[in-house]
Amino acid sequence: MALLTFKGGVHPPEKKELAEHKQIKILPLPEKVYIYTTNHLGAPAKIIVEPGQKVKTGQKIGEANGFISANIHSTITGEVIEIVKMTNAATGTRNDVVVIQRTGDDEWDLIPEHGDYTKKSPEEIVNIVKEAGIVGLGGAMFPSHVKMSIPKGKKAEYLIINAAECEPYITIDNRMMIEKSSEIVKGIKIIMHATGVKKAYIGIESNKPEAIEKMKEAVSGEPIEIKVLKTKYPQGAEKQLIYAITKKEVPSGGLPLDVGVIVFNVSTTYAIYEAVEHGKPLVERGITLTGEGVKNPGNFIYRIGTKVKDLLDHVGLVEEEKIDRILYGGPMMGIPLPDIELPTFKGNNALTVLTKDIVPKKESFPCIRCSKCVQVCPINLMPYLLKLQVEKREYDKAMEYGLMDCIECGSCSYACPAGIELVKTFKTGKKVARALKGRAKK
Amino acid sequence: MKLNIAAAPHLRTKDNVRSIMLDVLIALIPSFLVSAWVFGFRAVWIMLYTMILAEGMEIFIMKVLRKQKNFKPDFSASVTGLLLAMNLSLAVNWWQIFIGVLVAIGLGKHVYGGLGKNIFNPALVGRVFMLISFPIAMTTWYRPFYFKYDTITTATPLAILKEHGVEALYNNPDYAINLKSLFIGTVPGSIGEVSAIALIIGFIYLVIRKRIKIWIPITYISTVFVISGIFYMIDPSKYASPLFHILSGGLMLGALFMATDMVTSPMTVKGHIIFGVGLGFITMIIRLFGGYPEGVSFSILIMNSLVPLIDIYAKPRIFGTVRGGKK
Ligand code: SF4
Ligand code: SF4
Repeated sequence: MALLTFKGGVHPPEKKELAEHKQIKILPLPEKVYIYTTNHLGAPAKIIVEPGQKVKTGQKIGEANGFISANIHSTITGEVIEIVKMTNAATGTRNDVVVIQRTGDDEWDLIPEHGDYTKKSPEEIVNIVKEAGIVGLGGAMFPSHVKMSIPKGKKAEYLIINAAECEPYITIDNRMMIEKSSEIVKGIKIIMHATGVKKAYIGIESNKPEAIEKMKEAVSGEPIEIKVLKTKYPQGAEKQLIYAITKKEVPSGGLPLDVGVIVFNVSTTYAIYEAVEHGKPLVERGITLTGEGVKNPGNFIYRIGTKVKDLLDHVGLVEEEKIDRILYGGPMMGIPLPDIELPTFKGNNALTVLTKDIVPKKESFPCIRCSKCVQVCPINLMPYLLKLQVEKREYDKAMEYGLMDCIECGSCSYACPAGIELVKTFKTGKKVARALKGRAKK
Repeated sequence: MKLNIAAAPHLRTKDNVRSIMLDVLIALIPSFLVSAWVFGFRAVWIMLYTMILAEGMEIFIMKVLRKQKNFKPDFSASVTGLLLAMNLSLAVNWWQIFIGVLVAIGLGKHVYGGLGKNIFNPALVGRVFMLISFPIAMTTWYRPFYFKYDTITTATPLAILKEHGVEALYNNPDYAINLKSLFIGTVPGSIGEVSAIALIIGFIYLVIRKRIKIWIPITYISTVFVISGIFYMIDPSKYASPLFHILSGGLMLGALFMATDMVTSPMTVKGHIIFGVGLGFITMIIRLFGGYPEGVSFSILIMNSLVPLIDIYAKPRIFGTVRGGKK
C-alpha cells in the first residue's frame, strides 16, 4: 500500500537508532526545579505562592491568566525559595520563574474530581485538563483545554493523534506508544468523549514498526484507526499531517478545526489520561536525551523544570571540546541553548547534544537558483524569492507571497546547496511583519 | 561550556554549489571523450584551454577586481568554459577564444554581479559574441575523423538541409548522414554537440544525482519533435524528419546542458514546462523559416530574458489557498 504523505519535504538522516530501543526510565527526583510562568503559549500564569511556602507535588503555584493561558504546578515536594526572572528560550520572553527546593519524597496534591471518564460530562473533563495545566507536548505548548472546547457553530469530525515524530533523533513518542499503548488509547477515548468526535486516526511514520504493531493491537474494536505515513520531514507538521490523512488543506491562516479536525500529540494524550484517570497535574513527561554528544542516550520520564545540566548528568556528555551545541528539541526545529544551566519546560520532548563533526560546515555561496528550496517547501512557497523580499523590507509583497504561511519547518534551509539561511530570515521577517501590521491597525 | 547558538536547522544537506558544478563537469565527460575521438587533439586542446582560461579569469575577477580575498573556486566558471568550448567550431584560434571567454565571464556573468545574478547563460553570451565577431571561423566545419583539419571543410547536416533541401541531406558525398551517425556523433558540428548518446548519458547521470531541472529538456525536445513532425507529415520531401531535428545540431547539447543552467532557468515545474515549450517553438521557427540553419543558442537567450516573468506567472499555489486568493 502506498504510504500517506504530503508534497515536498526532505529526508534528513534519521538517527533514531541512538535511542529507539532504550526503555523509558524514570529519573530520580531533582533537588531543585525552576518553573517558568510561560510554560505555554499565551499569557504568563499568575503566581499564587510566596517564597518560604511549602508546596506538594502537583500543587498549583500559578493560575491561568485569561483564556489562552495555563496553570503551572510544583513538580516536586518542597519549599519555594525564590522567584527570579529568566529568559525562556522557547518563547524568547523574559518572565518570572518559581524556584523550588526539594525537601523530601513526593506528597501528591491530586485533582479531586478525577476518576472514570465515562461518568463525566465533556465540560467536567475539559475542566480537569485545564486544572492539570496540560499543553501541547509536541512542542507547540498550546493549552489543551482550549483545543478541547469546540466553539459553538463548529464541529470536530476527526481526532488525529500526531505520532509522526518526524524530527531526527527523537524517540520518546515512539517509546510511549510501545510501552504505554493502552493508556494512550484510553487518553484518545477521553478526548473523543469530551469533544464529541466519533472517529480518531493515529498517524505514525513507517520507520516505527514496533509502535505501529503495538498501537494496532491496542485499538482493536475501537473507532480508532492507525494510518501509516511515509517517513519524511516535516510529516508531523500539523497541516501536513492532516493533509496526509484526510487530504484536506487547512486554509491559510486557519485552524485544523476549519476542516473539522483536532490534533493532539501522543504525549499530550497520555498526559490527559493521567490527569483524568489518576488526577495527576502535568508535572512530569517523557524526553529523549540524545545526540552524538551524549554517552548513554535514552528515553526518560523527568520532572518539568529540572535544569538541563541535571538531566544531562544522568546520561553523561562526551569531552567538552567535542560538543558544538545543545538543543531543546531535535536538529530540524530545535532551539540552541545559550547556557547549560537553563531549566526545562513543558514542551521539552528532547535534548539533543550535537558534536562538532555532525553540525554543518559553514561555507556559503550565492543563490544559484537551483530551485531546491521551492521543491521541498511543504507549503509551496518560493523561499529564495521570499528571502529577497524580506531583505528588501518589502513586507507587503512578502505577505502576498505567503510569508505568514511559512511553518518554519526549515526544509528549505536544509536543502539549500548554497547554505543560505532561509528559515532564519522568515522567522524574524514574520515577527517584523506582525509588528508592522499591529501598528497599522492602531 | 561554550555553546554554539547557530540558527536551525542544525543539520544540512551535504550538497553544495561546488559539488553540483563538479557533477555537471562529470556529466560532460562522455561528450568530451566522443569529441576527442571524432575531432582529435585539437578538440581536446580547445576544451581544456577554454575551461582553464574561464576558471582563471573568474579567480582573477573575484580576487583582484572584486577584492574577495577568501574566494575559493566553485567550478561554475569551469562549467561555463567547457560548455562554451563545446559550442565552438574547431576553426577558432587561441585569441578568438580568449575574447569569447572574456565576454562570457566578464559580460555574461560578472557585470550582473557574478554567480547567480546573471540573466543570460554566460557560455551562450560568449558564443553569440564570437559568432557575430568571427563569423567565418565559427561556421567552418571539418569532416569527422579528418584530423588534417586545415584542408578539407564541409557543411553541417543542418546547413545542408537549409541550403540544399532534404534530398541533398541523405545523398551527401562528404560523409554519411543518417540517424545512426547523428546519434553517435560522427558528423560535423560544434565540438561538443555532435553525439546525442554521449550527451544523454551525461544527462541521465545528472537526473540520478537530482542535479537537473528535468522538465526543461523533456518539454523542449518534445516540442521540437511535435512541430517538426507536423511539417514532416505535411510534406516529407520538403521537411526533414522529427528524429533528424532532435538529433542534429546543438539541440541535445542546448536542451540538456544549456537550457537547464540553473541560474538562467525558471524555478517551478510549471515554469520549466513553459520555458521548454517556448524554446521548442523559437528553435523550430528559426530552423524552418529563419536565416540561420540553427536556432538553439538564440532561442535559449530569448527565453532567458523571459525567466523573471515566467517565475512570477508560474508561482505555485500556496498550501491552504485557492488560486488567486485565500480559501
Ligand atoms: S519556507 Fe517555511 S514552510 Fe517552506 S520550507 Fe522553508 S521553513 Fe518550511
Ligand atoms: S535552494 Fe538555495 S541556492 Fe537553491 S534556489 Fe533556493 S535559495 Fe537559491
